[in-house]
Formats: sequence, C-alpha cells, structure tokens
Amino acid sequence: MSASLPPIHTRIWHEEPEPDNPYATRAAYCRGYDVFGQMVGKARWVEILVLLFRDELPSPAALDMLEALAVALANPGPRDPAVHAAMCGGVGGSTAAANLMAALSVGAGRYRGARDVFDAMAAWQAVGGDLARWTEQVAKFDPKAVDIWPAPERPPGFDPHGVSTATIVRQLLEALAAIGAAAQASPRLCWLAEHRTAIEAAIGLPLDISGVAAAAFCDLGFTPTEGEMLYLLLRLPGAAAHALEQENAGFKQFPFYPVELTDDPASNNAAAAQETP
Amino acid sequence: MKGPELLDSHAGVLRTRVGACWPGKRAVFRGHDLHQDLRHSDWLELYLFGITGRRFAADQIKLLHAMWVITSYPDARIWNNRVVGLAGSARSTPVLGVTAALAVTEARIYGGIGGVRAIDFFQRAGKAVAAGQDLGSFVRQELEAGEYIWGYGRPIDSHDERLAWLTSVAGELGLADGTHFKLAREVERILVDDLGKPALRMNYAGITASLGADLGLSSREFHLFRIPLVMGGMPPCWLEAAEKPEGALFPTPCHGIAYSGVPQRPWGK
Repeated sequence: MSASLPPIHTRIWHEEPEPDNPYATRAAYCRGYDVFGQMVGKARWVEILVLLFRDELPSPAALDMLEALAVALANPGPRDPAVHAAMCGGVGGSTAAANLMAALSVGAGRYRGARDVFDAMAAWQAVGGDLARWTEQVAKFDPKAVDIWPAPERPPGFDPHGVSTATIVRQLLEALAAIGAAAQASPRLCWLAEHRTAIEAAIGLPLDISGVAAAAFCDLGFTPTEGEMLYLLLRLPGAAAHALEQENAGFKQFPFYPVELTDDPASNNAAAAQETP
Repeated sequence: MKGPELLDSHAGVLRTRVGACWPGKRAVFRGHDLHQDLRHSDWLELYLFGITGRRFAADQIKLLHAMWVITSYPDARIWNNRVVGLAGSARSTPVLGVTAALAVTEARIYGGIGGVRAIDFFQRAGKAVAAGQDLGSFVRQELEAGEYIWGYGRPIDSHDERLAWLTSVAGELGLADGTHFKLAREVERILVDDLGKPALRMNYAGITASLGADLGLSSREFHLFRIPLVMGGMPPCWLEAAEKPEGALFPTPCHGIAYSGVPQRPWGK
C-alpha cells in the first residue's frame, strides 16, 4: 500500500479497524455514536437517517414527522411514472439495480419527482421566515439559466392536472402539521394547511404531494439538496416491490400499448399506421 | 383541454411521429423505414438524425465523431470513470457501471451543465454581436451580472490538451471558420488578454459548444449529442477492474478516512 494514501474526508462516519486487518471494521461510529455496539436494536431507522445528515437528533416530534412522511412516500403506486419505469425493468427481468435506477431517473424529474421538491424547497428557502411570501415566490419561480433539467412548466409543488386537492394530499398535510404543531416543529406545514385553499386559488392549481413533502423537509431543517435526495430515497421501496411483482407476473399481463404513428413511410392511410405490435 | 380530460386523451395509446416497431414486420425511424432506408447509416449520423430530424454532411459527422474520440480517456481515477471501474471491482455488471457513470457525467463542474450553458452563451453572444453589440462589452456585461462564462476555465489545469487536436480536425474538415467558433476564440482573448484572467482559457465545453453551434445544434440538441461523449473510455476501466482481485480498485483502509466530526459519545435516551 502506498504510504501517501490520499484520505477521504468526512464528518459523518468513523471506523476503527480490527487489529489484524485495516480493512475490517471493529467499530463504526455515526456522528460519534457506536452504530453496531449501541444503536442497533435501540435506535429507530429515522434516527440514523437524520444523523447521517445532521450532528444532532431533532425533537421527538420532528422524528415522528419524518417517519410519518416516510410511510406516506414509501409507495407512489403503479400509476406513478417512477414506479412505472421500475416495472418496465422488472417485467423484462432487468437487474435489481437497473429497476431502482429506472425509478430514480424518472422520479428525479420536475413532474411528480424530486426536482419538483427541490424547486418548492428553494422557494421556501428564498422567503425565510416570511411564510406569507411563499405563494408569490413559488408563483414566479424561475431558475433562469439554461439547465440540464427541462424548464419548469408551472409553480413547483402543485399538480398541473389537478382539479381539486386530492384527499390523500390533504390528509398527509393535516397529519404532518398536527404531529409537529405542539412542539412548533411544523410552522410551514401548519401555515400551508391553514391557507391551502387561498394559496391554491392564487396559483390556480391544487397542491401535490411533492409540495407537502417540500414543506415538511423544510420544517425538518433540510436544505433543498437534502430534501431532493430524501424524496428519491424514500420513494424507492414501492418501486422495488412493484418491479418484482411484474417480474413474477410476466410480460403478458403488462400493457404494451397500441401506437398511432403519424409519420409512416409505408402508407399515409390511418389503417396501416394504427397497427398494434 | 386540461386536467383529467387532457390525461384521458393520452391514456392507453402512444401517439408519435418519431417512430415505432412492429415486431416480425418492420421498424420506422423518424419517417423512414429503418431497415430499407437507413441500414447503412453511420451510427452517429443516425443518432443525430434521431435528435434533430436533420441530416448532417459527412464532414460534419467526422467532426462530431472527433469530439467523442478525443475525450475518451480510459483513466479510472476520473470521477465518472471511477464509477465504472468500481462497478467492475465490485463485480457489478458492465451496463450498470457504464450507465451509472454516464449519469454521473451529467455534472455541475464538468460534463452536463457546462455544455448546455456554453452553447447557450455562444448563441446569446452571437445574437448580441449580430445586433451590433461589441463582444467585449457583452462579456463584461455577463461578468458584471455575476454570470460565470461557461466554456472557459478548467478545475484541475487551465490548459486543455484536447483543444489543439480538435481545432486541427475542424481545420482539416474546413469547419473551423464558423461564426461561433471564431467568437469563442475572441472571447478567450478578451478574458485572458484584455481582462487579465489567464485561468479562463477555453475548455473542452467551450470548443465543442461553439463548433456545435456552428453546426446549427440547439442547446437541447447539443446536450443530447453529448450523452455518450466520454463512454469510449469506460469499458476498459470496467474490464481491467474486473480482471483484478475483487475489491482491489482503490481499496480504502480505515486509516484512509480522515474523520473530523463529533467525538465518540454514548447512545442513550
């Protein structure tokens, strides 16, 4: 081994080696806590999740909020584009990682995805404690510079195809706001729950689950980049389960949609162009 | 039409003009029978036709090929290549390694964003100059507005070894005299000589974006063209790592981690 091994720097994780092998771990510490010696069997999953991002644990109410949000996000369901993508992997017998990569890639976007959460959180970040300005901020949201992401097509955190607030969105907003209310751990969620109708009228669209998640992540003290990561992470379990379900069910049960090709060299008559594969 | 009515109108069918396949029969690629009409296509020519719907001349395709070739570095230390190398070392599949590494290439300080913003910069600069603005004043205006001049400067070494080679290929093909490439060289002179910023020499994004703009590529089209840009160097990184003992690419002992966080403390509530 080279004597001048360039180190990887971290404030998160420290490992002590076994005396006989510098590559085998005797003890692993997350933010100073002995993970295998003391946390395993005692700590909640959301506790180590927060500790990976922060030095200190938040209030019990904040942990309860994060756990409740994780339950809500665990499965976006097979109608969601990210889960649909994972199922496209599963049905063909793709690798497990490919199925999750498919869910991550599609679920990363500005429609129903993690970039929408990032954008909505950036709007919260821009208004600081002046919550009343959020509606105006989110309405005029504009990242300006040309980017690898397609340009936003509406204020982030709202459903572009919605008619009224979906019941599950309202239920999640009210549940999270209530969990944090007593400890004053959910100021944005409470404000959003209180003013939702007026905000939606001003925006012209109903709130989406990404908008609730964005407010929750901000109330939990996460930055937009952290919220984006957590949204990607917390939605993966459903993608995994649905991918495996489709793999087991087989491709004959999975839709292969008819096509209407408008630029067909074989013929311009509609009958030929509407053949079903 | 909007809301659920709009979604209903799209449900259960693919309406497309880009193409379709009928297994056992034929396939259509942007209005052409893929097998009858396009089977002899150069792959990059087909790729660009798919992106733009336009046909490119043979010399233009050669230049675009050169952009891919001269940045195919099989060096597993480079961050994106390290991903594919680590995949080989960890005995993952080559496709998982390469696709993850390509995704990693769509980065902020290299790769993705630099390319799209550089071509956007050259197109805006080109329009400003065509409208009568002095290029120097346009560059100063961008800097004064706090804008980064995309296409200039490089994180590790400001001299980009690829530029002279690509310039020579463009010259041999007669494609080095376009408006945007000339403008790109003039921007470098303004940054380095007039504004005293020697670190802001043209980089690979700058030269490829300006040459790409001269080929008529939009920012989105250029971004899509760049997807496999560095892929040529990746498979060798996977292969070599897969041939080494498992876990032997950049193994990190415990003392290879410099921890600077909270000291050890007891867990308990």
